Amino acid sequence: MEYLLLINVDETHAPGEPGSDGFQENMAAWMAFNQRLVEGGHWIAGASLQPASTATVLDRRSGAVTDGPYAETKEQLAGFYLLSAADLDEALELAGAMPLPDAAVEVRPVLFRPDA
Amino acid sequence: MDPAAVHDAVTRLARADGGRVLAHLARQFGDLDQADEAVQDALVQALQSWPVQGVPDNAAGWLLVVARRKAFDRLRRSASARRRLGAAAADLLEAAEAAERRGFVREDPEQMEIPDERLRLILLCCHPALHQQAQVALTLRLVGGLTTAEIAAAQLSSEPTVTQRIVRAKRKIRDAGIPLSIPKALDERVAAVLAVLYLIFNEGYLSHGADTTLRVDLADEALRLARITATLVPDNPEVTGLLALMLFQRSRFASRTDASGRLVLLQDQDRTRWDGALVQQGNHALATAMAALRPGVYQVQAVIAALHANAGTAADTDWPMIAGAYQQLLAMTGSPVVQLNHAVAVSMCDGPRVGLALLEDVEGLEQYHLLHATRGELLARDGRTAAARDSFVAARALAPSDAERRHLDGRIAATTRTDDGGRR
Repeated sequence: MEYLLLINVDETHAPGEPGSDGFQENMAAWMAFNQRLVEGGHWIAGASLQPASTATVLDRRSGAVTDGPYAETKEQLAGFYLLSAADLDEALELAGAMPLPDAAVEVRPVLFRPDA
Repeated sequence: MDPAAVHDAVTRLARADGGRVLAHLARQFGDLDQADEAVQDALVQALQSWPVQGVPDNAAGWLLVVARRKAFDRLRRSASARRRLGAAAADLLEAAEAAERRGFVREDPEQMEIPDERLRLILLCCHPALHQQAQVALTLRLVGGLTTAEIAAAQLSSEPTVTQRIVRAKRKIRDAGIPLSIPKALDERVAAVLAVLYLIFNEGYLSHGADTTLRVDLADEALRLARITATLVPDNPEVTGLLALMLFQRSRFASRTDASGRLVLLQDQDRTRWDGALVQQGNHALATAMAALRPGVYQVQAVIAALHANAGTAADTDWPMIAGAYQQLLAMTGSPVVQLNHAVAVSMCDGPRVGLALLEDVEGLEQYHLLHATRGELLARDGRTAAARDSFVAARALAPSDAERRHLDGRIAATTRTDDGGRR
């Protein structure tokens, strides 16, 4: 079995900047958790994302590109890709090439990925 | 030199060349925000040093050289700041110094020519991944060289709101990796630019007449940006079509309201007050666009505007041609507002009853005041005064501006008098 863990947080509680109080301890805890996943053979891919304000949605039905995260509640997350692209335009082009014409694809830039 | 004269010179420089310098630096540094800050720094320096040194002959070249130096200063500062934090970021500084060694910062300002990268910049500002209000603010600020204060005043918005909008948009551009590039689907992206320019024009159209001495006229700004875009994308007839449309509409600004600020309908406007020079420019732009034989929504709208603008009197208006153009526009857009205008044009050819029948097919505009106002006018022309009055009352309740409410009050009063058989 494989599982995708979706981590939801309140974005207004921003994590501290490098050098701020508790930053080192927090990072150490995350690294230990990641290390445990790797050593236990659990790790496939994981990343933290830029905030929702950086999201862009490509609606495959209309071809429309819009600002902001996807908030349509009647459709549920069905899968994900973690891919590399030169810029947002290339990422949108790839999202548009997926054989899934009825989807709305939210494209969100990765902030940090421990195994990258 | 007089500080007020220097201030004017700096404002002119920002509008005329700020966008070009910014686009060039953003391309060179691969960083829009750095480039913007650098141009702002350079403009501040102009305000400080020009009163003593005078305005340089080639102010645009001066702006590029000084802005570039400011950009390097910023890169150096951020590199040393990062070093202090213990991160390995000397690469930024190295890049800056390598660029300096290649001679980037030693040009003679009097000899500078600035490559035109504004197409990339305007496409970036109007990228569909940005909210449209942000697209408008970014375009005015970065391409148009307006200050946030000028944008806020022109949009009747607050300066912090506009600033916040721009800061957020710049952050998204950086974090989401929106590129400063010429996309493969250029026409599609140019269409997004045209939508933004027309939105800016219409904001100016609607707020025109309010204290313009202190405010930048957004309609004129949109016209200026459309002229720039037409030079950047000369082979897209829709750009020239939009320019023509704006010119025709702008030519009528002076006659749209009377001395007391009331709206004057097209048919009642004093045509001697239309700006003939702008109409001629519009005719020229429209002819250029149509020669490409690739019709589009802006060209068709410009055709309609041209038929009005070139009619000597209201009675000379070629309504059958206008009705045909609306038919074509309706086929292109399927828009109910176009359907409404088509019905009006047809009523001018075939009478109000035919127009009223066409209005019955218009769907989704129940909350749009002009649907009701139009129905009122057609009913009044057909002599059904009481029904016309009801429509004007419905329109008034939905009208978005004081000028339109005052106009509809006049129509309600006129139909009430006729309805009463002239007893008042």
